[in-house]
Amino acid sequence: MTTETKELTKKEAFLSYLLRLADDRLILGQRMSEWCGHGPQLEEDLAMANMALDLIGHATALYEYAAEIEDEGHDEDHFAYFRDDRDFTNLQLCELPKGDFAFTIARQFLFSAFSYFQYERLKEAKDEQFSGMVNKHLKEIKYHLRHSREWVLRLGDGTEESHERIQGAFDEMWMYTGELFYMDEVDELAINENFGVDSSEFKDEWKKLVEDTLIEATLTVPDWDQFMMSGSRKGIHTEHLGHILAQMQFLRRSHPDAEWK
Amino acid sequence: MSDNNSNKDKWPLWEVFTQPKSGKPHEHAGSLHAADEEMALQNARDTYARRNEGVSIWVVESKHITASTPEDMGPFFDPANDKPYRHPQFYSVPRAVKKRS
Repeated sequence: MTTETKELTKKEAFLSYLLRLADDRLILGQRMSEWCGHGPQLEEDLAMANMALDLIGHATALYEYAAEIEDEGHDEDHFAYFRDDRDFTNLQLCELPKGDFAFTIARQFLFSAFSYFQYERLKEAKDEQFSGMVNKHLKEIKYHLRHSREWVLRLGDGTEESHERIQGAFDEMWMYTGELFYMDEVDELAINENFGVDSSEFKDEWKKLVEDTLIEATLTVPDWDQFMMSGSRKGIHTEHLGHILAQMQFLRRSHPDAEWK
Repeated sequence: MSDNNSNKDKWPLWEVFTQPKSGKPHEHAGSLHAADEEMALQNARDTYARRNEGVSIWVVESKHITASTPEDMGPFFDPANDKPYRHPQFYSVPRAVKKRS
């Protein structure tokens, strides 16, 4: 039997589904944590460190559950520290360098808005352990959305420089937004089992929130029909993922038996 | 913090009050810098309410607070020193009332 004809099992689909969610949050959380001690203002420094911790916390819970489903004796650290770039299935949007404050805020807004609509539906998942986790995380996602949205408005409708910077950030990352709504056989099986959600259901709502916010912020909505990057859910990444993994995984791999729990 | 924080001088200062429990009074938690009300509220949430400190937050721009000065201490507070009868403890509870409780 070749791999092409091999059917994806329910277990494999759930595992991949959880890892995609978790990888997005771990990588974005790691990116956000790079601001710690470098924020534009003490208060915003704290806000960003908080968000980074929230994201990494969400990832940890998802990895723990993934390990339980996989049932091969792994723990959450295995997924975070002992997989290589091709094994990571996070969105390319999440791995892009943090850029300036405007770039970080623009990305956080697009991602948090997507997470909000996604989690609003995921909380109805049949699996109680999963939906319980989602419900808990949703509260933090709502705050991330509020915080980043308010900043988009202020930077867009702020000074000439802030307007220019955040417009540039959206223009630059726009080609990474297509992947948000990528779906394949993993999603299909997860949706059929009432474990995952069909992201095409909330694409219009997400686009509307994004467009309304950008317009309110006096920004120009970039072209939705431009060339869009793809491949991250299958392990295809930008050159930035390898670097962030090297930094994140180095210590753990050098001291594989170290304990800090 | 980064060196590029000259805007620190431009963002006004806010005082933050958190309410520990519903029904309890809001208490002064500290102060922070923020550009406007909404960001002051969000910064307060991240700075003063991340360890389960409360159920409600008030923020007010520091310039709106009128405070007494150290010079006011004498006329404001000293006269109360020798007026113990202003405390309920000054009065003994009548025996009849004690019995009823």
